[in-house]
Amino acid sequence: MEYLRPADWPEALAAKAAHPDAVPLAGGTDVMVELNLDRRRPGHLLDLGRIAALRTWETTARTVRLGAAVPYRDVIARLSTELPGLALASRTVGSPQIRTRGSVGGNLGTASPAGDAHPALLAAGATVEAVSVRGTRHIPIDDFYLGPKRNALAPDELIRAVHIDAARGPQQFAKVGTRNAMVIAVCAFALALHPHTRTVRTGIGSAAPTPVRAPRAEAFLCGLLEEGGHWSSGAPLPPSAATRFGELAAAACAPIDDVRGSAAYREHAVAVLARRTLHRTWNAYRTSNDAAITGGEPPCA
Amino acid sequence: MTAPVTGTPRLTQHAAPADGRIGASTPRPDGTLKVTGAFAYSSDLWHEDMLWGHTLRSPHAHARILGIDIAEALTVPGVTAVLTHADLTAATHYGLELSDQPVLAADRVRYQGEAVALVAADHPETARRAAARIRVAYEELPVVHDEASATAPGAPVLHPGRTDHYAAHVPHPNVLHRQPVLHGDARAAAPTADVVVTGDYETGTQDQAPLGPESGLAVPAEDGGVDLYVATQWLHVDRQQLAPILGLPPEKVRLTLAGVGGAFGAREDLSMQAHACLLAMRTGRPVKMVYSREESFFGHVHRHPARLHYEHGATRDGILVHVRARIVLDGGAYASSSPAVVGNAASLALGPYRVPNADIEALALYTNNPPCGAMRGFGAVQACFAYESQMDKLAAALGMDPVELRRRNAVAQGDVMPTGQPIDSPAPAAELLRLVKERPLPPERPWDTGPADAPDLRALPGGLSNTTHGEGVVRGVGYAIGIKNIGFSEGFDDYATARVGLALAGGEPVATVHTAAAEVGQGGVTVQAQIARTELGVPRVALLPPDTTVGSAGSTSASRQTYMTGGAVRAACAAVRDEVLRRGRARHGWPAGELRLADGLVVTGDGTAVGALADVLDEGPVERETEFRHRPTQPFDPHTGQGLGHVQYALCAHRAVVDVDTELGLVKVVELAAAQDVGRALNPLSVVGQIQGGSTQGLGLAVMEEIVVGPDGRQRNPSFTDYLIPTVLDTPAMPVDVLELADPHAPYGLRGVGEPSTLSSTPAIVAALRQATGRPLTRVPVRPEHLVGRA
Repeated sequence: MEYLRPADWPEALAAKAAHPDAVPLAGGTDVMVELNLDRRRPGHLLDLGRIAALRTWETTARTVRLGAAVPYRDVIARLSTELPGLALASRTVGSPQIRTRGSVGGNLGTASPAGDAHPALLAAGATVEAVSVRGTRHIPIDDFYLGPKRNALAPDELIRAVHIDAARGPQQFAKVGTRNAMVIAVCAFALALHPHTRTVRTGIGSAAPTPVRAPRAEAFLCGLLEEGGHWSSGAPLPPSAATRFGELAAAACAPIDDVRGSAAYREHAVAVLARRTLHRTWNAYRTSNDAAITGGEPPCA
Repeated sequence: MTAPVTGTPRLTQHAAPADGRIGASTPRPDGTLKVTGAFAYSSDLWHEDMLWGHTLRSPHAHARILGIDIAEALTVPGVTAVLTHADLTAATHYGLELSDQPVLAADRVRYQGEAVALVAADHPETARRAAARIRVAYEELPVVHDEASATAPGAPVLHPGRTDHYAAHVPHPNVLHRQPVLHGDARAAAPTADVVVTGDYETGTQDQAPLGPESGLAVPAEDGGVDLYVATQWLHVDRQQLAPILGLPPEKVRLTLAGVGGAFGAREDLSMQAHACLLAMRTGRPVKMVYSREESFFGHVHRHPARLHYEHGATRDGILVHVRARIVLDGGAYASSSPAVVGNAASLALGPYRVPNADIEALALYTNNPPCGAMRGFGAVQACFAYESQMDKLAAALGMDPVELRRRNAVAQGDVMPTGQPIDSPAPAAELLRLVKERPLPPERPWDTGPADAPDLRALPGGLSNTTHGEGVVRGVGYAIGIKNIGFSEGFDDYATARVGLALAGGEPVATVHTAAAEVGQGGVTVQAQIARTELGVPRVALLPPDTTVGSAGSTSASRQTYMTGGAVRAACAAVRDEVLRRGRARHGWPAGELRLADGLVVTGDGTAVGALADVLDEGPVERETEFRHRPTQPFDPHTGQGLGHVQYALCAHRAVVDVDTELGLVKVVELAAAQDVGRALNPLSVVGQIQGGSTQGLGLAVMEEIVVGPDGRQRNPSFTDYLIPTVLDTPAMPVDVLELADPHAPYGLRGVGEPSTLSSTPAIVAALRQATGRPLTRVPVRPEHLVGRA
């Protein structure tokens, strides 16, 4: 195993182009575990630790460009206003030590269906900035996850950053694990309301071969909010709405039975989480001033 | 008589009195080192020019070995030796009680992870890669994985031709040991019961999960022997098994205890000891072995998973009439300590209750599942989950408060156990239940500490996973009590040795204490020094490293070391004192009456000083070595289970308060209150720590800890990613009431303290979960699926 330690970003891209089998190493919270357990022996390790820019972020009024190696700790401490869903998800990652090293870029690189950041990224509608010596691509998060631990990166590409719109409505994230801290998700659910576009987006983790959205649940909720004039009135949702939303979220799952939980339980739990996060986000929306300012943007596409 | 010691152990709360004698909460010398990462564990051992050993293990749970080809492995640069069964020149099998486990598998493997070959190389990665090049030809065999498959007609017999002394009394050769206990006449009594409840219960495979993996360093010696530095629970029983394997006389196998990172029973059996010594002797170089976390799950025995069937009968007033119990423990592929676990499960199957008529059967199976043996609680844990679940079920059937039902049947001193053994020291079952019952309940909705929309997630089921802000959360309260034997039982010649010296250093008297007692984190080093200070009246005590140059201390298990090695230190101190006084009377004419040693002086009964230790130690140090034995026990009759089998009984009671998210099946244990009688608390801080630690391990079994083993005998989750142990957010407040009711048969009146809280913690939590959810919950660990009915 050859250890590469590029001094800067162009050098990193060149190394990745020269050695497409090179596994990028940032916080090491996934890669080092695989190495220690003898599950993986890549030909090259590409240590990105010297590229400080990967650990920085830039915020504008509308978006956050989150460097791929920004640790979860900073997302929690510094970005919870702009990225509330991702910050909630980040709080559930591992232990304080893991949150100090692990990053969203690493979660995306590994692309495990159980990665905690994925549901929040799906719900927020993020874009992955993938770079190679050939140039830069902006991959919509909806197109990023291809299979279990498979993503849309080309062999010569590295993740430079993730672009996420600063939240303009309430966001929630909840995760079921069989321990009250430091646990891999049995399943997870994220919900983001986007009042300026009168849309909602969802994300489900650990309940399908990849992180997925629940399109029918989103469409149902969008339709309901639109038809009832809820975006502008801020009126409470009918009690049946949350139940139906939960059922449709569960229907988006394609779970398996494993040591962490049964498929039946995962579907059940996703329905409960969907219901609860809808209550929380809608209550937050109604009690804020957002309802008044929601204008005439087109409803759900 | 009651000396309550409550709350979370904090050094500030239990500041050690300056004298550091027994009864003081003397702080642990290893505590700060462990917390700051400075403590040297066995995995930190290092030797110039040392090699690294690696073990090749079977991927199959049951297979015939057709051949092993090591040629390619030997060609790997850096490899110094590759050993297989063919290289063993002396004993080929070992075991704590029965020598049924191969040092290296010969023609058959019986569990996934069984050791097949060894490699020594100059780097651990080289050794690992070379092991991957050993070609083992396996022919898979059918797997037996439970009682039905193990005893079915035509089932493969795992150990054909058994000659062990249990074989004559078992119904099938795949039953390792079967112990009935017959008490009164359950058959005649059963029809007279007004109410009868039956239940089937199951406990999963719990792991001791010590944080320090198996590790040690074997150094070949010039005399042809070997020096082994290792983390273990009993140096001398390791040596007893190692010497025959190495073909050496015991005195040439010298063991020294290395830093132990937790044990809980996992280090009672040999793991890497023989393998490292064999490689060291073959290569003539020091060999270090350290298991990875995953390998550790295959490298030590686990707690027996169990299936238990119980029938309880009672009068309308809630007085027990009879109990029938059948306990099936899965011992896995090899015997380990299964026979003794069976003896415990059978003899303690009824719990701390008066039962006039009982028909009990406990047995352990040989299967192709992971081998099981010692773990904190040792057979009493599984029984306690079942009998306490039954007591709750019976209370419900009677319409009676579950604590009141327990109180009406609680044992006390003078009662007789189903083995016929009278309880001849305090057994305050009713008092312990009263203490946990009368403790004020913790407040409801503990998450409501701030604004309504910002609950304290740490106080909620699911914690920071943000699953609930209070939705669906229901509180439950449950109670349980358990009974555990202390010390080695069933006629075992259980003893401990201590060598105590007293000498002058810089004009000051200093005591030295040398024992082979393994310090595994329980605080034995603290207690031994406290005893020496108390008995010899000197503030300065030095403990020598535990090794085999002193006699056996017995095992650090069965909650026995304070009783046994503590008893030996006390006896050796008495012998040293006698010699001091003999010298003083001969040289200085000290009076013949009762004299004590205090603060370096020799004083009479009324405190008058007649001399000083320095007056007699100037002629040379005093040293005495003493063996200490507890009173003898008897084997259980193989047909009736009758016999004075146990040394001492210890009781602990719990009240668990839980908040359950009833929609998601997630649990927050809010409080886990315990009350335990310890006879005498030699170190109250350590006592509370042991009770809280045992309670936490019981919590783990209740709600998360399980090695999942498939019907193919393979472990599904051998990692800390998926074998979950409680974190600080899962560990509740654990207030503790400590009773000190002296046992007249024990040193200082003390009662072993390490295990009892591990028993009742689990059923108390499950009882609370049942109250919150209304579900039967007959299996532990309880999973979220079970709490919401979506298994």
